[in-house]
Amino acid sequence: MTTLLDLALVAWLLALAVHVVAQPDERSAIVAFLAFGLLLGLGWVRLAAPDVALTEIAIGGGGTGILLLRAEAALRGRDKNAEPMSTAGKAAVALGCAAVSAGLGLAVLTFSSPPPTLAPAASAALGATGLGNPVTAVLLAYRALDTLLEKVVVLLALIGVWSLAPDGLWGGAPEVKPAAVPGPLAYLARVLPPFGVVIGVYMFWVGADAPGGTFQAGTVLAAMWLLVMMAGLYPPPDTARPLLRLVLVGGPALFLAIAFLGFVFADGFLAYPEAMAKPLILAIEAALTLSVAAALAMLVAGPARKAPAR
Amino acid sequence: MTAVLQPGVLFGLCGAGLVGIGLFAVVTQTGLLRRIVGCNILGAGIFLVFGAVARRGAGAGFDADPVPQALVITGIVVAFSASALAVALLKRLSELTDGDRAEAAERESGS
Repeated sequence: MTTLLDLALVAWLLALAVHVVAQPDERSAIVAFLAFGLLLGLGWVRLAAPDVALTEIAIGGGGTGILLLRAEAALRGRDKNAEPMSTAGKAAVALGCAAVSAGLGLAVLTFSSPPPTLAPAASAALGATGLGNPVTAVLLAYRALDTLLEKVVVLLALIGVWSLAPDGLWGGAPEVKPAAVPGPLAYLARVLPPFGVVIGVYMFWVGADAPGGTFQAGTVLAAMWLLVMMAGLYPPPDTARPLLRLVLVGGPALFLAIAFLGFVFADGFLAYPEAMAKPLILAIEAALTLSVAAALAMLVAGPARKAPAR
Repeated sequence: MTAVLQPGVLFGLCGAGLVGIGLFAVVTQTGLLRRIVGCNILGAGIFLVFGAVARRGAGAGFDADPVPQALVITGIVVAFSASALAVALLKRLSELTDGDRAEAAERESGS
């Protein structure tokens, strides 16, 4: 029975991907891509990776979906500057892509057996971190350097987006609210955020022991903030606002500070003293959750469109 | 045959297929926004192949190896940031070329 579900999921994923590529109408293609992201989340559940499933549905489906839909609306009818490829060229490209797929598929089929795994190593050290969720442990203890660098990448991307604002608008606020706010959106923006904030905080809190964590919680909080801004209930902040910048930098800065304190109080960079591991990780996660929420929301909001208030 | 039907292998193959479809979109699409979508499909495929590796690495009481899972979460967030930057660049590019076109039209009508 579950095999049938898997086969149906795989078939739908491939069909949707082809549809996204082949559909001539851009908006339909992007809506199909949203459905693709949600189904992909289900696929991750079937791969026994609920943490990834939550991230994929929230960021891959939701966040990227809003981003692309907004871009499509802004660019409608203007994004046609290249000559279409000849049929022969397309066939050659299709052949090459098929070869890449076939090679990857072959690699999947001939994975070494028994498969290499780091699960026992992750499990053995779990006790020292005081965490119950091995994925959170990998993100914030064993491979914390990756997570730290990733946060910096997100901030760099945000700096990149902000720097695209015209000179006169630097430091101003992005424009998120559409020209006419639909009634249902305004209603949702009033009703949903209290629940969303509770769910976000809960996801952050259980992340230590169960599926959930900074990214997932941060995305939910970002979505609530975006909703409020899109409905025009609360205007987007000036990008030069000190409080916003403090929240954005706060997470990675605290992470980095604790990482350096590791030289003094533990074995080295990014090492936690064993007794303090869990509270430290929770503190980092809390600050990171706010940073991620602010960064993701501002990434979707885009560069400044209004001159800063003086 | 049954070995192929395990989720670990099946979704790995699906990922391999998605890589091909995404790559095709990135190379052949004319609209730049479509190419960004293609990049996202390509990335989703790579993540799925990685997920298949994680699923096969189940052990020590976990249903899947947590290390690749954590890397995929990191990857999804970075891919989103890259998409956001790409979309912002694309919007700005379209604004600038539009401005150029309007300027050129003005000059033509003025002369």
